[in-house]
Amino acid sequence: MSESNENKFSPELLSFINEWKDKPGNLIMVLHKVQEEQDYISREAADQVAALLDVPLATIWGVVSFYHFFKLTKPGKHNIQICMGTACYLKGAQPLIDELAKQLAIEVNEVTDDGLFSLEAVRCVGCCGLAPVLTVGGEVFGKVTKDQIAGIIAKYK
Amino acid sequence: MAFRNYILVCGGTACESSRADQIYQNLIKECKDQGVADEVQVIKTGCFGFCEQGPIVKVLPEDSFYVKVSPKDAHEIIAEHIIKGREVTRLLYDKSESRKHAKVEDIQFYQKQFRIVLRNCGFIDPENIDEYIAREGYEALEKALFEMTGDDIIEELKTAGLRGRGGAGFPTWMKWNFTKQAENDVKYVVCNADEGDPGAYMDRSTLEGDPHSVLEAMTICGKAIGAQKGYIYIRAEYPLAINRLEIAMAQAREYGLLGKNILGSGFDFDIEIRLGAGAFVCGEETALLQSIEGHRGMPQPRPPFPAVKGLWGKPTVINNVETWANIPVIISKGGNWFSKIGTADSKGTKVFALTGKIRNSGLVEVPMGTTLREIVFDIGGGIANGRKFKAVQTGGPSGGVITDADLDTPIDFGSLVRIGSMMGSGGMIVMDEDDCIVDVAKFYLNFTVDESCGKCAPCRIGGRSLCNILEKITLGNGVPEDLEAMATIGKAMRVGSLCALGQTAPNPILSSMKFFGEEYRAHIEDKSCPSGTCKNLVTYSILADKCIGCTACARKCPVGAITGEKKQLHIIDQNTCIKCGVCLETCKFGAVVVQ
Repeated sequence: MSESNENKFSPELLSFINEWKDKPGNLIMVLHKVQEEQDYISREAADQVAALLDVPLATIWGVVSFYHFFKLTKPGKHNIQICMGTACYLKGAQPLIDELAKQLAIEVNEVTDDGLFSLEAVRCVGCCGLAPVLTVGGEVFGKVTKDQIAGIIAKYK
Repeated sequence: MAFRNYILVCGGTACESSRADQIYQNLIKECKDQGVADEVQVIKTGCFGFCEQGPIVKVLPEDSFYVKVSPKDAHEIIAEHIIKGREVTRLLYDKSESRKHAKVEDIQFYQKQFRIVLRNCGFIDPENIDEYIAREGYEALEKALFEMTGDDIIEELKTAGLRGRGGAGFPTWMKWNFTKQAENDVKYVVCNADEGDPGAYMDRSTLEGDPHSVLEAMTICGKAIGAQKGYIYIRAEYPLAINRLEIAMAQAREYGLLGKNILGSGFDFDIEIRLGAGAFVCGEETALLQSIEGHRGMPQPRPPFPAVKGLWGKPTVINNVETWANIPVIISKGGNWFSKIGTADSKGTKVFALTGKIRNSGLVEVPMGTTLREIVFDIGGGIANGRKFKAVQTGGPSGGVITDADLDTPIDFGSLVRIGSMMGSGGMIVMDEDDCIVDVAKFYLNFTVDESCGKCAPCRIGGRSLCNILEKITLGNGVPEDLEAMATIGKAMRVGSLCALGQTAPNPILSSMKFFGEEYRAHIEDKSCPSGTCKNLVTYSILADKCIGCTACARKCPVGAITGEKKQLHIIDQNTCIKCGVCLETCKFGAVVVQ
């Protein structure tokens, strides 16, 4: 599949953009929708949004690069997020990151060669009672220990 | 229709992630299979607050409080409790005989709590507006629309003495009054649900457990100041809260409680959700407004304040979720009632997210004036694993540490500032003796540096410099002058930064240097980390009298730094050791020590 095809907007996305086109302050909402569909904001997607909303690409890039939530590169099929909120940090989130990095042989913000996993350190996910917490896709794992890591990875292989 | 039993299942994010939804589904299925579906209603509620013990299931009218429930327990709860009338003892939080007459409120975790903000969390189904209405929901709106003028509403808030719960504690009535007085045809009401403080989740739990309270309050504000449009700015990372808000808004519109001509009063007000995108600085009100407008979330100089010139240049009231959730109760019960709770300085209650090295992690709501000792030791149950209390950090990355010496201070906005911290949004992180204070300060500084928008130099450059110095100290390269340098930079940031993020960023360092100066000096002068956290400053060694020569550590050591014959004392070569700690984890005889 060529790059341009991969980043083509679906009819639903186009109609969402059309619906929001004239609302003030629409850019972030539109970018959320794009990322929801495509998992990240590619340069091609940003170009399309610029054309559809009639705003300069520089403005869009300024917004996308400002906010942590927007990703500029394609994440793995299963994005593993380790909570780095204070409670999780104190209860050993860093050793979990080290262990994941070791087992997946990637660093934080990288994707495995097979495109299956990516690793991300995120802000507080608000499950502090379950610290330390990591999430895979939408699934939350609480009170995680280092020796559970291999099992969690295996579950998604 | 009344039911014989009600089964409440916690549907907060933490319990949901521990398969609470499966428990809920299983309970419904078991009710059907065992033929009691007509007699029992299973309800998914918001957060109970006692997250440590989740997932939680409560059965009424017996008030049985089941903890750490798993989906497979559903069968037994229905078969034993519902059908045979025998509590499932093994799942009870308090298994003692005496609890038979006790109420949930008697559990020590709940005893000292007083719930206004969280009044409905854990009691009602947040996805059903009828349950909110059954608990006096929307009565305040009715009163505000038909019996009160805008000035009456503001006067009531003034009597109540409510101060903003987002951090700074600005009197809410003043914000509303300024906005009301600003002359403009268009005004806005904004809810700040961009809860970014790491370790705080009260806003999310409120929105997940009781979304209507916020909608009702915003509508009341619209009436008071003359606005017809509201925005809820919420973190995109909170999908469950967003979903429940959307459901609540749709139901409120259907009931004529939101939208055109509310309750036939002729007053129009509607609310729209706008998503944040992971920028801590957007919790600052001017940055938040920039973000709603679709821009980079950069703070703007104040004045003009949003009350005069806010969203799209129009007068705007911004309050945080917890502040909003107080308002319907104040209007219903009156400002006088509210002002009797709390201290002279701060009225009402405060919700804290009690986390870290505490036995009972969870969400607690206490009257202002409760002491930290009561929160940490009575409600929180003290420190887990028999370790010693070290400090508690309030105010998140903008706050400071509080030590044992100040634990008996009654908490309010003023008292926390006097002991060198601040209220903030209500994160309360408990640290024990295993936590390194320098490392924690570095953690917070890394956070604020990462979240600095970069607009003003004191925050951008000052924060980075502080980080570099802390890094140097934790690596063992600190010099005595570093302490003075950090104090100087910190003070400059306080004075020179544009917004509260930069102004408060040095607080974790300044306050921990004040209370734990010894620990900083140990890192700098003795090149040692008393808690054993900073890897470069510790040495692992093997105790001769405890090592039995089992060779386990030597086999696990990834760099071959441990030598020794079988049944002989093993030795760690300090030049080869990478301080990974595997030997410490491996040794079953307590022979490996870290200093």
